[in-house]
Amino acid sequence: MDGVIGFFEQLGPNIEILGARMPQILEGVQVTVLAAAFGGLLALVISFVFGIAQTVKLGAVRIIARIFVEFFRGTSLVVQLFWLAFVLPQLPYPFGWQLAPLAIGVLALGLNYGAYGAEVVRGSIGSVPKGQYEALSALSLSPVRGMFRVIIPQAWALMIPSLSNLWIQLLKGSAIVSTVLLYDLYFRVEQVRDQTGTWFAFLFALVAYYLVAWVIVIIMNALEVRAKHKIGRGPALSDSLGTLLRPPGGKNVARGAMV
Amino acid sequence: MPENTAPDGATSIGAPHIEFRDVVKRFGDNTVLNDLNFTVAKGERVTLIGPSGSGKTTILRLVMTLEELTGGYIHVGGAPLQYEDQGGKRVRVSDKTRRRTTTQIGMVFQHFNLFPNMTVLENITEAPIHVMGLSKAEAISKAEGLLEKVGMSDKRDFNPSQLSGGQQQRVAIARALAMDPEILLLDEVTSALDPELVGEVLAVLKDIAAETDISMLIVTHEMQFARDVSDRVMMFDQGSIVEEGSPEKIFSDPGHQRTRDFLHAVL
Ligand SMILES: Nc1ncnc2c1ncn2[C@@H]1O[C@H](COP(=O)(O)OP(=O)(O)OP(=O)(O)O)[C@@H](O)[C@H]1O
Ligand SMILES: [Mg+2]
Repeated sequence: MDGVIGFFEQLGPNIEILGARMPQILEGVQVTVLAAAFGGLLALVISFVFGIAQTVKLGAVRIIARIFVEFFRGTSLVVQLFWLAFVLPQLPYPFGWQLAPLAIGVLALGLNYGAYGAEVVRGSIGSVPKGQYEALSALSLSPVRGMFRVIIPQAWALMIPSLSNLWIQLLKGSAIVSTVLLYDLYFRVEQVRDQTGTWFAFLFALVAYYLVAWVIVIIMNALEVRAKHKIGRGPALSDSLGTLLRPPGGKNVARGAMV
Repeated sequence: MPENTAPDGATSIGAPHIEFRDVVKRFGDNTVLNDLNFTVAKGERVTLIGPSGSGKTTILRLVMTLEELTGGYIHVGGAPLQYEDQGGKRVRVSDKTRRRTTTQIGMVFQHFNLFPNMTVLENITEAPIHVMGLSKAEAISKAEGLLEKVGMSDKRDFNPSQLSGGQQQRVAIARALAMDPEILLLDEVTSALDPELVGEVLAVLKDIAAETDISMLIVTHEMQFARDVSDRVMMFDQGSIVEEGSPEKIFSDPGHQRTRDFLHAVL
């Protein structure tokens, strides 16, 4: 209980310390946002490439994609991070790259969460009604054209809620990148902990991560509303601005509003 | 309507437009079609009737190549569709050749299957532009003509979800016609519709039947419609033809007890 009592006794001074450290903390927020944004973007690209690759007719392509996904889902994010940070530089030329800490973070997060995302993409493609594939076939449209013009736009609307969850997990998982000398939000919180005590520092961390997650949720909700509107399910984005602000963990906007 | 010119020039005058030769279709160990033989002449309208599970949909899906043949051959315009007989060996026809043949075949589905991410107009122009190679302007003017024919001109920029079932099905018919099909497959195209919407769709189909010489293979429970448009009715049960004949003959004076029982049940 000391911690709790200390928390309240020290609240005033702690806030002052936090204020004094704000520039570094904001730098940390910036690094975390960059890692989550670029990591998320890389994960998205990987999700699509390896998700779609698992649905193509050519067996060899499917198998390679499958192996990639299994590998990055099956091995730990921390270990992948250490490989990129400490093993990769020791490889002989031209593989021995010493990457910048942020690049390592982005790569590891993108590869790891991209492997999970690939499963989401694959699943959503499989959830597009069979009748759509049959209509494409009856019109003699090529499988590639059908995939990009008809199947993916519908699958996109289905996959956004899951991708949104993955992106938030990626954000939370990004705290781990501080272990490869990336001065992210988590690293900065660790720094103030010495002076403010555990309770205060980690309570602040909770709030900070929550707020960043909220931004992600708003972006993804907007994308989902737009995607659903495009396939004729639900109102236009301009008519649903009010529902976008729901916090992370809340009921999913588009699904709640539409059915 | 274009003349019947298969891309490979394989069409011979007088040859059946569709020919089923010893067709076998199994799903696992469920034999749905067993040694089925029949032909459809160029421009002929044939209606398939029969109890649920008798294989009517399967026949249409085989022609559209949505199902793989288990045995036998189907020829369309004289050309092998899924498999060909090469000196006694049954050889699979390549996907590319299959697609070339199926370009002549259009299908309208029970549940419309319009593309929900495209407008009515885009639904219709997509394949003419990207399969037939029409310019966008050509495809649009063609689509507009077809929309007028099916009475949907005022809805060209709507999303399918904004349309009633009957309207969606009329768009689906226009979409199929936009490919200038020589064969049209209609599988219970009105059974997903509210009763008051059935008439508008059947009226459109009757017009098309009257104005074109497209060969049609029709599955329907609308017996009056079958009577109006068909040249021939084939009664199926358990994957084989019980009897066939003119609609007058089959509906008024069926020769088999099974046909009488079936008609009694649906009429
Ligand atoms: N994809 C499939 N997998 C397994 N069995 C199937 C499949 N499609 C059809 N069948 C079986 O094939 C048989 C014939 O089905 P089909 O749909 O052709 O009948 P139908 O005459 O169209 O019936 P209905 O009037 O009910 O539409 C049925 O026994 C059905 O269970
Ligand atoms: Mg059927």
